[in-house]
Amino acid sequence: MIFAFDFIILIFMVVAAIISLKVKDLLSASMIFGIYGFLICLLWAEMGAVDVAFTEAAVGAGVSTVLLIATVYNTKRKSSD
Amino acid sequence: MLSKVFATIAVVITGGLLLFGVYDFPSFGDPNSPPNAGVEGGGESVSQYFITHTYKDTKVPNLVTAVLADYRGYDTMFETVVVFAAGIAIFCIMRVVGNANDPRQKKEREGMHSFTYGDHNRIIIGTTCRVIVPVIQLFGLYVIAHGHYSPGGGFQGGVLLGASFILLALSSDLNSALKRFSEYNYFKLAAVGILIYAGFGLTSQFLGENFLDYGVLQPLLFTDGPEMARSHSMLGVEIGVAFTVMAIMFSIYANLASQGTLKDGL
Repeated sequence: MIFAFDFIILIFMVVAAIISLKVKDLLSASMIFGIYGFLICLLWAEMGAVDVAFTEAAVGAGVSTVLLIATVYNTKRKSSD
Repeated sequence: MLSKVFATIAVVITGGLLLFGVYDFPSFGDPNSPPNAGVEGGGESVSQYFITHTYKDTKVPNLVTAVLADYRGYDTMFETVVVFAAGIAIFCIMRVVGNANDPRQKKEREGMHSFTYGDHNRIIIGTTCRVIVPVIQLFGLYVIAHGHYSPGGGFQGGVLLGASFILLALSSDLNSALKRFSEYNYFKLAAVGILIYAGFGLTSQFLGENFLDYGVLQPLLFTDGPEMARSHSMLGVEIGVAFTVMAIMFSIYANLASQGTLKDGL
């Protein structure tokens, strides 16, 4: 476990999480959520949980981002409610 | 309005059941609880048992796969069922409840996407993806087959295989991906995956042992001993998981991207 590496990744993770919650555009929010997924995958890989990191890279960062974007693509700019 | 009332009731009941389940958790800081066992003054540790016994019991070097597919086989089996249920739920929401064939919505959708179809304006993307999809699929098969020895397993490999079909749909269009992997085929494959998993469990039950106790499958698999039978059965179970996950990942994408029509979209 390398302290500096963990520290930098954790800082980036918190920043990515806050930005993905704060940003108004849903497409940017899902992209930044994908970045968050890759960061936590890096952290797990570095801590030795390689299986979990692999799953997170494939599911959390890869497919779920694609699914979110596919859903956002089918929404309209303005709400009709 | 009525549906909201029903949804609220369902959410309250589910939340109540979850909170009720929390009472069975070991109390915080309990030295005898499974996560704390093995630490100084604690009880006997489960993790220590896995670390010392897994290779002797199953001849599988990757402890994570052995724990997931063998020692906690029930957990992984119902995880696969959860993935299957999620796919079916999204299918029902998009297709049955979502009025995919409502003419008013159809007109609205046609106005939304106005790019032209076909490969003539995306030669680079189309060619790159056609070259890279077989590589991804080979890597997915490697991850499934090599899950005993290196990180990976059925779930990750299945996601990779499903992602390769999603990439195919993204690079050309949904129709050409559905031509290779139709809706009939992927739901059939998803059900077959769970049947493979449950079949391994039921076979060992027929041979007189517990559900998912693979060691007794030794005469059927022609292996040297019960350890190798467990190792081989884990591979079979992982293949079942991979079938289900691959099919459901693609089905979720196809239904979400085309709003349940499976015609155009992304």
